[in-house]
Amino acid sequence: MSQFLQYMVAGVALGAKYALVALGFVIIFKATGVINFAQGGLVMLGAYLTYNFGVTWDLPFWVAVAMAMVVTALVGVVIERVILRYMVGRPAFALIMITVGLLFILQQVTVAIWGDDALNLGDPWGLGTFRIGDIVIQERDLWAVILAAAAVAVFFVFFRYSSLGLAMRATAIDQEAALAQGMSAKRVHAAAWAIAGATGALAGVTIAAGSASLDPSIQFIALLAFPAIILGGIDSPLGAVVGGLVIGITQSLTNGYQAEYLAFLGSGFQSVMPFVVMVLVLLVRPYGLFGTPEVKRV
Amino acid sequence: MTRLLEIDDLSAGYGGVPVVRHLDLHVDAGEVVALLGPNGAGKTTTLLTVSGLLPSLAGSVTVLGGPPSTRRPQLVARRGVAHVPEARSLFTQLTVAENLRLGVRRGGDTSVALDYFPALGKLMDRRAGLLSGGEQQMLAVGRALAARPRLLMVDELSLGLAPVVVEQLLPVLRQVADDTGTGVLVVEQHVHLALEIADRAAILAHGELVAAGPADELAAEASVLERSYLGAATID
Repeated sequence: MSQFLQYMVAGVALGAKYALVALGFVIIFKATGVINFAQGGLVMLGAYLTYNFGVTWDLPFWVAVAMAMVVTALVGVVIERVILRYMVGRPAFALIMITVGLLFILQQVTVAIWGDDALNLGDPWGLGTFRIGDIVIQERDLWAVILAAAAVAVFFVFFRYSSLGLAMRATAIDQEAALAQGMSAKRVHAAAWAIAGATGALAGVTIAAGSASLDPSIQFIALLAFPAIILGGIDSPLGAVVGGLVIGITQSLTNGYQAEYLAFLGSGFQSVMPFVVMVLVLLVRPYGLFGTPEVKRV
Repeated sequence: MTRLLEIDDLSAGYGGVPVVRHLDLHVDAGEVVALLGPNGAGKTTTLLTVSGLLPSLAGSVTVLGGPPSTRRPQLVARRGVAHVPEARSLFTQLTVAENLRLGVRRGGDTSVALDYFPALGKLMDRRAGLLSGGEQQMLAVGRALAARPRLLMVDELSLGLAPVVVEQLLPVLRQVADDTGTGVLVVEQHVHLALEIADRAAILAHGELVAAGPADELAAEASVLERSYLGAATID
């Protein structure tokens, strides 16, 4: 039983990291209707900036995180202003391909500045642990859960109660109608990219925390967050969190038990399992667990 | 009387091809002007041009003191123009309350929408996509009123609605103009109902103004209306 709980705790922590990545996807999608493939690049950039401010410049860790969030948010705004602003109203596939291109550019810039060797983020948690009964919990994992919970609470309030959050939802549904209501699509899009950048940086910090685990490959965790956002519903912050937790727990349990009970599936099946779960859920709920179905009275 | 909209020798259309040609039209504060004509006459094109959602090809449009900007059409709305388009343009996945909130401008609130359409009060938490056609149209006009507009443009309020519903909704536009001094430009297929609530009317056919004048005079001239809608050749 304690082994199972141990896997569950590890799964929740992993899921919280996926959830933070997924939240970045969700906010861009909610505001622009586009799946932002560059989100993994923002995650990576945010983690490297935290390293730069915290280790290279020797600033306190939380100051480094805050500065990384601000700078990554600004990078998001620059991307929107310099490139995507001119694509408003253009076909969605063109926007998506641009975000794919941006992912490669961000990767190249990051490697050019910081190299591709594994670095230590300089977080205060390292490999520190504490115990609750028989369960061992890593400090960095606890913080990942706390930060994900805080982020989703902020997202919920923002989208439900703020004018800008409501404008973002409206713009995603019908941009022309939003313009006719006096909403500025450009302002909405810039804000979405800023928030996605800041959230991405936070996600990058939780993923890269611990010793010697910051390298450019962390951008690929965005791909593993994909089943989470599709599963949860791509326009739902709550869905991003639930989807992230489901995927994280699924991966952790598969990692823990598959070799013992389903050895014939071979090694590494935990990376495939999230996609299996995603397909099964989508067969039953095509809009994901918390996604908004297109409703129309006929 | 304050001039809210002045259209002077306007030509507008799509891809450089004019749909509306040499149109002159104006709307003053507190009056209802009906823009009438058969399908394809250019009525919707005119409203889109005033809103800045479509560029003009020639002539000029002055709306609430300035020209519309196609680069920043939201500025027209912020200046005090509310446009209820043909397709209602509701945000179907948002609730009634959220749709109304989106209409509110600085200093306004949603209560004005409920004053004119009390039925919306019981539907506030329902998604707009689940409302009936009449309720959706109430919401679309109510959202426009929440902006406390100086100029309200309504395109085909009656589209897809039963005549009895239209008879309830159209008089609200007259009431708004009388109560608030808002200028109303209404595009409508229900010609006689529109003329009942309007002060003046303009009739377009094939993109050109074929008749204009006080609504009661046009209503009395059945032949003018028939020629406009059916074409002169078919009358004789």
